[in-house]
Amino acid sequence: MNLVKGIAVAAVLSATLAGAAQATTLSDVRDKGFIQCGVSQGVPGFSNPDQAGNWTGIDVDVCRAAAAAVFGDADKVKYTPLSAKERFTALQSGEIDILSRNTTWTLVRDTALGLNFAGVNYYDGQGFMVRKDLGVKSARELAGAAVCVNIGTTTELNMADFFRANNMDYKPVVFEKADEVVAAYDSGRCDVYTTDRSALAAQRLKLKNADAHMVLPETISKEPLGPVVRHGDDQWLDIVKWSLYMMVEAEENGVTQANVDKLKASTKDPIQRRILGLEGDLGKNLGVANDWGYQIIKQVGNYGDVYEKHVGPNTPVGLPRGVNALWKDGGLQYAMPVR
Amino acid sequence: MAADPNSFAASSAVPPKKPPLWNDPAWRALFFQVVVVALVILLGVFLVRNTLANLERQGIASGFGFLGSTAGFSIGESLIEYHEENTYGRTFLVGLLNTIWISFWGILFATILGFIIGIARLSSNWLISKLAMVYIEVLRNVPLLLQIFFWYFAVLRPLPGPRQSLSLGDGFFLNNRGMYFPDPVPEQGFHVVVIAFLVGIAAFQAVRRWAHVRQDRTGEQLPIFWIGLGLVAGVPVLAFFAAGSPLHFDYPALKGFNFKGGAVMSPEFFALLVALSTYTASFIGEIVRAGIMAVSHGQTEAAYAVGLTRSQTLRMVIIPQALRVIIPPLTSQYLNLTKNSSLAAAIAYPDLVLVFAGTTLMQTGQAVEIIAMTMAVYLCLSLFISMIMNWYNRKIALVER
Ligand SMILES: N[C@@H](CCC(=O)N[C@@H](CS)C(=O)NCC(=O)O)C(=O)O
Repeated sequence: MNLVKGIAVAAVLSATLAGAAQATTLSDVRDKGFIQCGVSQGVPGFSNPDQAGNWTGIDVDVCRAAAAAVFGDADKVKYTPLSAKERFTALQSGEIDILSRNTTWTLVRDTALGLNFAGVNYYDGQGFMVRKDLGVKSARELAGAAVCVNIGTTTELNMADFFRANNMDYKPVVFEKADEVVAAYDSGRCDVYTTDRSALAAQRLKLKNADAHMVLPETISKEPLGPVVRHGDDQWLDIVKWSLYMMVEAEENGVTQANVDKLKASTKDPIQRRILGLEGDLGKNLGVANDWGYQIIKQVGNYGDVYEKHVGPNTPVGLPRGVNALWKDGGLQYAMPVR
Repeated sequence: MAADPNSFAASSAVPPKKPPLWNDPAWRALFFQVVVVALVILLGVFLVRNTLANLERQGIASGFGFLGSTAGFSIGESLIEYHEENTYGRTFLVGLLNTIWISFWGILFATILGFIIGIARLSSNWLISKLAMVYIEVLRNVPLLLQIFFWYFAVLRPLPGPRQSLSLGDGFFLNNRGMYFPDPVPEQGFHVVVIAFLVGIAAFQAVRRWAHVRQDRTGEQLPIFWIGLGLVAGVPVLAFFAAGSPLHFDYPALKGFNFKGGAVMSPEFFALLVALSTYTASFIGEIVRAGIMAVSHGQTEAAYAVGLTRSQTLRMVIIPQALRVIIPPLTSQYLNLTKNSSLAAAIAYPDLVLVFAGTTLMQTGQAVEIIAMTMAVYLCLSLFISMIMNWYNRKIALVER
């Protein structure tokens, strides 16, 4: 009996494995009528359920932008919360269509894991958080510390590199779920909590007494965070990539969620007209409706709108724009020309 | 398969009306078994090939070459020397040993506690028996993962930080980073003690055999327990002092944030050990109770009738018979405990699942190989435990004279 069941399960498994790759992701997504988006299990400002249970955050908005482009409706997204450990398997196996979950672009992930990164929606770096009463002012004073960290992250490796390079010993305490890391750090198991600086700012909100903690000045790594898709489906990669660029391009050219309807009715600027789909057939090239840019900006917003709404200085997370400013303002956000 | 039925009938001369081959239950059973095995093998080949093709098409790395590349991450506790410069292969070993380590201690404590609970459950003292019952009902009905979290945070919360450590006498410290104690470090010449220990065991075996023969001949008993203690424990102690106490202790001391030196038991290990052994003990308690109850009361009465004392009756009549009922289900509890130890990952104890099927898997992305290796490990551990227990079971099986 068990054997029969086992065979059935295995057969279904290999059949779906074989099937998954035949159809393109775009036609799959069109058939089922929504995009399945892999998000975190809750990082405020990036991907986090609000009181009503709706997912919000700048990572969520990447998926919403893709849905606006594909369906003309940013709400046609379903979410799968994933731990850092589960995320790549979920994408590889076809369980999700986009992974948009504070994920760092690295060579190994891009190659050996069979994935493609579609851009960078947040330039970040790794930092350390400690209790203020520890009396530490710099990461170089952390020799011998116990460090709480999430499993399967670049964080785990950077931290090893950092302590090794500075000839300091330390003790990693490694958890699978972000909430467990926070709980263990909060109960004093570790001297240090380390992850991306953006996530430190966000997770700090979950601590019992946020004011008793501080983030050390050092940034020990580059963490370009962005959406990921499966390797080998170029059309889907293009759609996600250009949905993201479109948000940046719109900000660069002054098209905002607030003025998009007015501009659509009146603008004479050729770039704005292309963004809004009034001229050219960029949408056709991408395989989506020609007003895809308009839908993204109208329903989701341009990059600046999204940033200010979820993580900007006026939100609880409170991250200044910093390196995520537009290139014109001395930052790193730069869209390839939408034309 | 399609052998000629006549030739078969001819060779087995006796019955005149042999049924045709396809009606012979023995042949039919054999036929279907072969078919099923062939199908399973085919399916296996198909699955492996399909998986490889899919991995290749999706551009996912495969093969076991990664075991030789540098790991680059560090591991919280390890029974063997381990550095970031070591290979992924070594992370496998570190995780494996940690899994075996926690399983070993878990099985030991679960067995001791389980036997106590099982016997307490049968106690004629109302309070003791009810307490044992409450223990069993509570522990075995709450999900193990919750119990692990409970112990972990129950241990972490009340303990002070390293700088406010509780000092428990010379070189013993307790704080929320673990329990620190002096680490014995053998010096040159310590091997003498080890040899003395082995010699003690061998001598004890010899004495025991001789005592048996002597008892058969004369009916007199030797105080074998005390002789055993003297040989197994006393001889090495004498050797230790004779060799000039070749051992010193490495004491833990507060340096910077944490203690350095000495040995440490982490809160993760402790919480996992307590959770696994108390949980499994509740099942073992029931198994022990069932085993003892399976021995009929007539045995006890008969033993008293031939003049055995209470403790002799328990030791030589009841327990040997009860063990035959206890061992098979006990084995499966041992297997459960070993497999349950993989819940370690939830509270950061670096077992095989956390280290190898966790960090190593994530950093290499080779899920298929790593999960296959991990499953193979649990399979081997389970088979190994079964083997030992089956051997023991055969040894204590009823010998009819
Ligand atoms: N950017 C890093 C780390 C990403 C990461 O997963 N960080 C943790 C620590 S805050 C996290 O976001 N966890 C959230 C969760 O598990 O839901 C990576 O891609 O490896």
